Amino acid sequence: MSLAFAFALIVLIGAAFYLGQGRALRQRDVGGARMHSLPSYYGFYAAIWCALPAAALIALWAASQGAIVEALVLSGVEDEIRGLTENQIGLVMNDIRNLASGGITSSDPSPAIQAAAARYANLMATGKLAMFVVALALASAGLLFAFRRISPDLRARNRVERTLMIALMLSSTIAILVTVGIVFSLVFEAARFFARVPITEFVFGLKWSPQIAIRADQVGSSGAFGAIPVFAGTLLISFIAMCVAAPIGLFSAIYMAEYASRKFRAVVKPVLEILAGIPTVVYGFFAALTVAPTLRDMGATLGLDVASESALAAGVVMGIMIIPFVSSLSDDVINAVPQAMREGSFGLGATHSETVRKVVLPAALPGIVGAFLLAVSRAIGETMIVVMAAGLAANLTANPFAAVTTVTVQIVTLLTGDQEFDSPKTLAAFALGLLLFVVTLGLNVIALRVVRKYREQYD
Amino acid sequence: MTDQAQTGEAAGYDGVPKHGSLDPSGPPTPTAPRSAGNNKLKMTGRQVNVFYGEKQALFDVDIDITEHEVTSLIGPSGCGKSTFLRCLNRMNDVVDICRVTGDITMDDQNIYDPKIDVVHLRARVGMVFQKPNPFPKSIYENVAYGPKIHGLVRNKGECDALVEGALRKAGLWDEVKDRMEEPGTGLSGGQQQRLCIARAIAVQPEVILMDEPCSALDPIATAKIEDLIHELRENYTIVIVTHSMQQAARVSQKTAFFHLGVLVEYGETETIFTNPRDEKTQGYITGRFG
Repeated sequence: MSLAFAFALIVLIGAAFYLGQGRALRQRDVGGARMHSLPSYYGFYAAIWCALPAAALIALWAASQGAIVEALVLSGVEDEIRGLTENQIGLVMNDIRNLASGGITSSDPSPAIQAAAARYANLMATGKLAMFVVALALASAGLLFAFRRISPDLRARNRVERTLMIALMLSSTIAILVTVGIVFSLVFEAARFFARVPITEFVFGLKWSPQIAIRADQVGSSGAFGAIPVFAGTLLISFIAMCVAAPIGLFSAIYMAEYASRKFRAVVKPVLEILAGIPTVVYGFFAALTVAPTLRDMGATLGLDVASESALAAGVVMGIMIIPFVSSLSDDVINAVPQAMREGSFGLGATHSETVRKVVLPAALPGIVGAFLLAVSRAIGETMIVVMAAGLAANLTANPFAAVTTVTVQIVTLLTGDQEFDSPKTLAAFALGLLLFVVTLGLNVIALRVVRKYREQYD
Repeated sequence: MTDQAQTGEAAGYDGVPKHGSLDPSGPPTPTAPRSAGNNKLKMTGRQVNVFYGEKQALFDVDIDITEHEVTSLIGPSGCGKSTFLRCLNRMNDVVDICRVTGDITMDDQNIYDPKIDVVHLRARVGMVFQKPNPFPKSIYENVAYGPKIHGLVRNKGECDALVEGALRKAGLWDEVKDRMEEPGTGLSGGQQQRLCIARAIAVQPEVILMDEPCSALDPIATAKIEDLIHELRENYTIVIVTHSMQQAARVSQKTAFFHLGVLVEYGETETIFTNPRDEKTQGYITGRFG
């Protein structure tokens, strides 16, 4: 049914194109008119008039039909739902829907509910059919309208191109709207959290212990929501990661861009970029099963007390993970430094390393800083490695050998499993997410600014 | 008709006014002053062959470059003149696939000798490029770059004096003395090119190579650079690649005509432009091809 309708609509749109084009061709060839646009534009014009109103109608209908039908059905069972709360009415409606689609209901349905279910199914089917009929009618009307308007004076090309531009604009808006939607969902949930826990306590509190007492006499579950230890853990691990990734990534980028032979580069660059393709969960294994025990044993030999879930292990592995980011982006900006700069320096008798240090790197510096900032925001948002290799205890410490926890780890632990979404414990995850989002967004904005400023220099 | 069109193209390439020649189809008149030099040979090339991978770009080039003279290398695009210029300070070393055979000497010493440090060579043989390429640093730092890496200056005072001297010699001092800390990339094209010349002079080279130094400049900036070349000839040996025969006629004492990687004719600029031996030279300077 739906397929047949879709097919019919597509055939109609196709027909609109050929009819429109044909009319334009006739006017040109038989009537001898000077058409404003090429004939195919008149075809597109007719097709757009055929397709767009119908598509808009379908979208509107699909969005509103459910609510209208439900209201109609519920008005038929007023006796059943009198005196019920909104949530309970929702349950009744659920039963009706399930019954209509042949599913299971919460209890034995009363005859009234069964009748309502039948009515529901009936109304939905009718609505669907009506939608198809009206949509096809609208498409035909659009086609007819456009067909009659085709004349030598109609600026079909301008209309079509304008429609295309609007379509492009809408596509780009969708990405923005989704981002805004995500932000709002975070903001609203976080607001519910801040209604229970003061924002100052969250932002400046030094203790993180999100367990809330379920029973009044339970011990040790006071519930403290100070985000500082969690963010300190994130920053510590990100700092360690950058200590690994910044020099290794930058140096390998310099080698690749400046010294490596073409052959070496052709082999090694893709291999280095494979690092970026390894799933982070695999890095997690590596960190938890290989690096962490090795570090603990090495620490023991040196007389250091290294926790088996140390910040160091997680940070080092995360650093390895973001090496490709740093090296690939830095490689690009170093390559973007014009060859004329290098030749100018060589021509003055500078050695290769002098040229790299005093001409190439300063020229590429803004871009390299941008690469670093992007890598940092990647490290801050990284989840899987730290879930597997960093601890859960929110220690406020700068000791890389101790176990720390990160924002992302806490969000994961707070939201995994069955959760009630009205306790501060669960809502805290949204507040953490919001704060994390703000931090990484800020870093990205700075990074993009820096990179853009760099671009202006050579254009 | 085609002849004239080609002449126009060849001469108009640098945007240089054609005051060297009255008849557009005739050769330009050499106007550069005769050499007052000592006729001492500064650099020589013997049997120089250059290969890019399998492709040979230069064939058995023999040339003598006289001290305190301007030698211009002319010829159609792709004839190897820039390639030869870049052999003189071993700039071709930078290109992986480039291979040079034969002897190039400077003060009777083979510059391709393994004992020669290419860094020292390039300090003695400065280079100015086709497109002005100041570093994205301040004007001062651009000029001070070379002296600093070669340790020519011990303190700020010496450095300031050297920078000022180089900028004065390049005829740029009066224009930039009040804005030494501004970026060199903010200057106009002609000023940038003179900054690059000052940068090369600051290293106190003996030879200056110029690879079409005026091809990106307007006629007025070109005239300034050409005046500068005349002055610099007193102290330096200059080798210049140019697409403009008028420019070669105006600035150089010796001219070498390259064609398809072969040095076709080499001699006094006056002779080349008024009485060329070779038919191809005659054809090129009168604009019949190239």
